Amino acid sequence: MRNKKITRRELLRNLSLATLAGISFPFLSCTKEEKEDFLQKHFREMTTDEKKRLIAKWEQRYQQKYGKKFVISTQEALPNTLWGYGLDLSRCIGCRRCVYACANENNNSRQNPQLHWIRVIRLKKGTLINLENSEHYYDPKQVPEPGFMYMPVQCQHCENPPCVKVCPVHATWKEPDGLVVVDYNWCIGCRYCIAACPYKGRVFNWAEPKLPPEEVNPEVHYLGNRPRMKCAVDKCTFCIQRIREGRYPACVEACPTGTRKFGNLLDPKSEIRYIIENKRVLRLKEDLNTEPKFYYFFEA
Amino acid sequence: MEPLRDTLKETWRFFRETVVLVLKGSRAYYAWCLFLIAIIFVGLFFYLRQHEFGLITTNMNDQVSWGLYIANFTYLVGMAAAAVLLVVPAYVYQFKPIKEIVILGELFAASSIIMAILFVMVDLGRLDRFWHMIPGVGSMNFPQSLLAWDVIVLNGYLFLNLLIPVYLLVKYYYQKPPNWKFILPFILIAIPWAVGIHTVTAFLYNGLAARPFWNASILAPRFLASALCSGPAIMIIIFQVIRKVSDIEIEDRALFKIAEIMAYAMFLNLFLLTAEMFKEYYSNTYHIASFKYLYEGLHGHDQLVPLIWIGTAMNVVAFFLFLVPATRHRMSTLNLGCILIIMGVWIEKGPGFVIPGFVPDPLGEIYEYVPNALEFMVAFGIWATGFLIFTLLLKVAIPIITGKFRYSKFEKGTTPSFH
Repeated sequence: MRNKKITRRELLRNLSLATLAGISFPFLSCTKEEKEDFLQKHFREMTTDEKKRLIAKWEQRYQQKYGKKFVISTQEALPNTLWGYGLDLSRCIGCRRCVYACANENNNSRQNPQLHWIRVIRLKKGTLINLENSEHYYDPKQVPEPGFMYMPVQCQHCENPPCVKVCPVHATWKEPDGLVVVDYNWCIGCRYCIAACPYKGRVFNWAEPKLPPEEVNPEVHYLGNRPRMKCAVDKCTFCIQRIREGRYPACVEACPTGTRKFGNLLDPKSEIRYIIENKRVLRLKEDLNTEPKFYYFFEA
Repeated sequence: MEPLRDTLKETWRFFRETVVLVLKGSRAYYAWCLFLIAIIFVGLFFYLRQHEFGLITTNMNDQVSWGLYIANFTYLVGMAAAAVLLVVPAYVYQFKPIKEIVILGELFAASSIIMAILFVMVDLGRLDRFWHMIPGVGSMNFPQSLLAWDVIVLNGYLFLNLLIPVYLLVKYYYQKPPNWKFILPFILIAIPWAVGIHTVTAFLYNGLAARPFWNASILAPRFLASALCSGPAIMIIIFQVIRKVSDIEIEDRALFKIAEIMAYAMFLNLFLLTAEMFKEYYSNTYHIASFKYLYEGLHGHDQLVPLIWIGTAMNVVAFFLFLVPATRHRMSTLNLGCILIIMGVWIEKGPGFVIPGFVPDPLGEIYEYVPNALEFMVAFGIWATGFLIFTLLLKVAIPIITGKFRYSKFEKGTTPSFH
């Protein structure tokens, strides 16, 4: 072995080369799939062709991961549609069937973290606006409990959504039919939208979602219930994969008491229009001027 | 061709000598750098863990979705903005003792901005998608999103605070007077820009109607007032270290002047806090919940209460130390005041500002957030990175300022002072 003193010039050269190699290492070491993901464009900026290729890619990937044949829809908003939701506070018994039906339908992470798009809070009778005394983790043997009422809260699909306004990268937007959706592959995970939402309508995948293959729902929408990834935000879409095909959201179907109503606000004959016309409705935190399309009402 | 070759040769020499300056130092210098590098590696190790498993490795959750990282970010933006305090009296009022140390203040501002940006980067869930925010390449939501504004103003401020000191240092290196017509506009624009970065950062919170604790128009002025305390406080300490370990001269007069300005800033800070407290407590609407959580506890949850009162007490004591000329002009009490302010403002504006915004959350849930070990380690790593960058910048800047490191033509023989 030669015992030669390294000159200053050599030292500098070696140092620079080592730094260069260090910087380029992540780019050289990643797989083709990772490179593709890294460069994936914003969903709304893709051409029809690019979208087709994208869907094919993800269908294949999901099939590999979950062993099921996936159908990923990119169905666009139907014309003359503005989705609205009604919730009868006098009927809700707080059973949380909607919560779990939602998680199953929408491929939410089951545990660590357990992600729910609907949150049912228990309020003492006599309070409604000040939610400070609400209980989120009530767990009695039987519901409903005397002296309490229940209020399910989910994304209110505001006409004036603060979450969309604050997103630094346009990863979330309002569709023509009023749905607020997220491109999970564009979200950078800054969580500014979570800070901005007055309804806690958004949840974050704090870890890689844990979704047992046997529980996966393979009928998905690209902007809705497709399986998500680590450290991106997601939220209720009123079941975009169902409603754009003429079905009810999963929570509406799951409710045993008929608390949940759904329909097209632009259709004068819809159930939601009937409710707005004939019941006394209220919207949460109307003072914030977010214009939610989620109407709470009382039957009795 | 001859001048070009000369320039290239000189650039190469400058680069070479810089590397030597950075690599060679006293035993204390090595110890300090190794200490910082060790912390950086520990922080990096924990960050890689977070990057691999996701933000679940922190104690943040859907209730308190920003924590220690964003708290430090807010504080450091203030630190960086405070360079304005040194620039204004130096250039606008030609206060000479401060003018000589402005370069050091600007280098510190640049280091602080780098730390602030790093704190945002580690908070991002998907660092791999960071490019989505780059204008032109990604799809930046400008001017709607205040975070987009922040990215622009912070990077602009970083640019200014590197350009100005580097330009001046290069001129010093060549022993030429700076071309003031060129650089003065940048120096002047850096002043409103400094106010701008902190205002935008305040607006980032201020604009959220969902969070009544932040949705107060007093926020931006409060941010500026507290920044004008904490930034100079750390500078006063750093200046004393610099004049001890190098032969750069910094007059006591400069330090006292800075301390005097800090006294006014702290008065304003405390006054604005009082105004906010009055409004919340007297009107006593349900928006007071976060205030109560912070200052007296809410439904038995009172984790932040001792912390915020310690912070407030530190600020009040420091205010009096800086207000009374006798204690302001005595080094021991001056330094005590600085340390109190650095910690007091960090509590008030870091955890004491970010966490209560999330408690109770919009649906009334109370989650008591405490950062975990990983978050602390990553945060220490970033602070160490900032201090290492600042140390290395100084290691080159100080010999240039004192005239020890300069253009090879002046290397031998005596050269006139250019100050």
